[in-house]
Amino acid sequence: MRFINKSVGSGGKGTNDFIKNVIFEYFGNSFLEELRDGALINLKKESIITSTDSFTVLPEFFPGGDIGKLSIYGTCNDVAVSGGIPEYLTLSLIIPDGYEMEKLLMIFDSMKRAIDEVGVKIISGDTKVIDGISSLIVNTTGFGELKSDLNCYDRIKVGDKVIFSSDIARHSVAVLIARNELGFSSDIESDCCNLYEIIRKLDYSKIKFVRDATRGGVAAVLNEIADKSGKGFLIKEQNIPILESVNYFCEMLGFDPLQMANEGVAVIVVDRDYADEALAIIKESKNGKNAAIVGEVTDNTKVVLETKVGGKRYIEIPAGELLPRIC
Amino acid sequence: MKLIDSFRDKEKVDILLKQIDKLNIKDKEYRFMEVCGTHTMSISRFGLRTLLPENILLISGPGCPVCVTSQGEIDAIFDLVKNNDVIIATYGDLLKVPGSNGENLYILRSMGFDIRVVFSPLDVIEIAKNTDKEVVFLSIGFETTTPPSAGLVKQLVKENIKNVSLFVMNKTMPKVLDFIANQENVMVDGFLCPGHVSAITGERLYEPLVRSGFACVISGFEPVDVLMSVKLLMEQVNKGEFWVENNYGRVVKRNGNELAMKLMYEVFEDSDAYWRGIGVIEGSGLMLRANYKDFDAMEKFNIEVDYSKSLPGCRCGDVLLGRIKPTDCSLFGNRCTPEDPYGPCMVSSEGSCAAYYKYGG
Repeated sequence: MRFINKSVGSGGKGTNDFIKNVIFEYFGNSFLEELRDGALINLKKESIITSTDSFTVLPEFFPGGDIGKLSIYGTCNDVAVSGGIPEYLTLSLIIPDGYEMEKLLMIFDSMKRAIDEVGVKIISGDTKVIDGISSLIVNTTGFGELKSDLNCYDRIKVGDKVIFSSDIARHSVAVLIARNELGFSSDIESDCCNLYEIIRKLDYSKIKFVRDATRGGVAAVLNEIADKSGKGFLIKEQNIPILESVNYFCEMLGFDPLQMANEGVAVIVVDRDYADEALAIIKESKNGKNAAIVGEVTDNTKVVLETKVGGKRYIEIPAGELLPRIC
Repeated sequence: MKLIDSFRDKEKVDILLKQIDKLNIKDKEYRFMEVCGTHTMSISRFGLRTLLPENILLISGPGCPVCVTSQGEIDAIFDLVKNNDVIIATYGDLLKVPGSNGENLYILRSMGFDIRVVFSPLDVIEIAKNTDKEVVFLSIGFETTTPPSAGLVKQLVKENIKNVSLFVMNKTMPKVLDFIANQENVMVDGFLCPGHVSAITGERLYEPLVRSGFACVISGFEPVDVLMSVKLLMEQVNKGEFWVENNYGRVVKRNGNELAMKLMYEVFEDSDAYWRGIGVIEGSGLMLRANYKDFDAMEKFNIEVDYSKSLPGCRCGDVLLGRIKPTDCSLFGNRCTPEDPYGPCMVSSEGSCAAYYKYGG
């Protein structure tokens, strides 16, 4: 068994060997292989979207994904939902001293597949090996050409429709079950996926706003949009896509699926006249089969849920860590 | 979920709402207290108040074990953590409960103290087997969650595990229900009786309430359960005749779960208890019996609790007794929010203030 040791992050021969023999093998391209201090790229565009994110997840491998896949899709999705075309990524690794090389290679393998699927290149990177942590930390920064600004709150109008691009809460439940603290087993897989594939065929001029609903779930995203836009939402519980097994798990432990993390769900606000067409396009994509129109924009500044039985209540932004109830 | 779905059926709900409307005497105010925190959450979560006529009020009672725990006990937990090299095992609900100086178990965990969330008291056994440290389980809850605590003690004896003790904050329902019924200004016409507790205690728990002139309906937690129970409560109130109606027969048997009650009283015995915002209610708490005192964290760590402590301005007591709605408290939504709770009713996932804040009234 091979292990990562501090020589890999030393800046000396160990680092050189690691970059040439491992990093290039998985992520090599003409930008990276120039081995410059900084990557020279020419986007030749008026506006580019950039986004950065650090990834840490326990366990590092979970049903439907792993930290590698997450770190590529996560940042590319941020670029995509902002209205950009993901093109380039930087990759920074903070590795625990003594980390298993084979595990790292499995993560790289997964990253490579995600990179190829999105069609991005890793153009720059860094590796540190440190004591005091027990799991890998990955930072990726993404760059891409802006197609159209999809993060402009002013464009949102009363009557616009809200689409969830997939069923909700799957990532959170998959990870919770994978931690094996709850004594459950299931075949629930994370929804971790490439959101650009879902939205790229849409008419960007008719999309008002997009955000991926990661930590905090769709509840956090809807509240953020309501807060910034001065508008509200009426969401119909009946229309919210959720797997029965995921819903069952949440019911049993008192979790609110609206507040649970996703890695492959975009909240998409579209012009009401375009909603049905947009939904049909999304449903044709590989990761958008479970998409649904769940509600619409209102003028009351609150995020309101019409429950399955017709009652109304707020969808509140989640606070603190999700915890199961006492009884 | 299919079983649950039939209790969330909009058609059934609409039929029940029509029946409620027929029974409704419009110039009368119907005031029903849901004793259980899970009812409170369910009513808010499904927006049931928005479906009911305005003169039918569903009032939250003292049925959240975290909400009724005294400030003195909570502060004592913090002292215990800070002054001893122990592992604290707790249900998640307690992590956010603030001490008198604003800290909570989350903060203490971030500071490096060993605080672990468990899902069942039996999880404590696994923790204890893998450490030489003392493990203190924060035992809290009513008749529903206390039998598992008793089960833990029995298992500790059976496996001869010595490094576990219980910080006992458990309470029981009968005496607090009497207390509410005998207040000077009783603010309720009837009780939506807790399904989980009733599954253990059985129907007899509510007979004194009925004799005192209160409508009592044992209810499940789904919208159809709750609305059906409201309808049955209205029928009793309109007739002026009161009895214990079991509207949760699929779970609650007349005599409850006698084995669980027996187990609970094998390990615990009645004691006086201090209810936050209410005060001492005789015989409303539980303590470990003499032969299990070795597992009592209070004795093991020589813990003194100052029950007189309270948070100035906090009106959780009035909320728990149905005297005010959460939104009537001047701290609600400003000084006291789920992110930065001041009073316990805002802390717990079962708390009435948290439910009002999260989901609206």
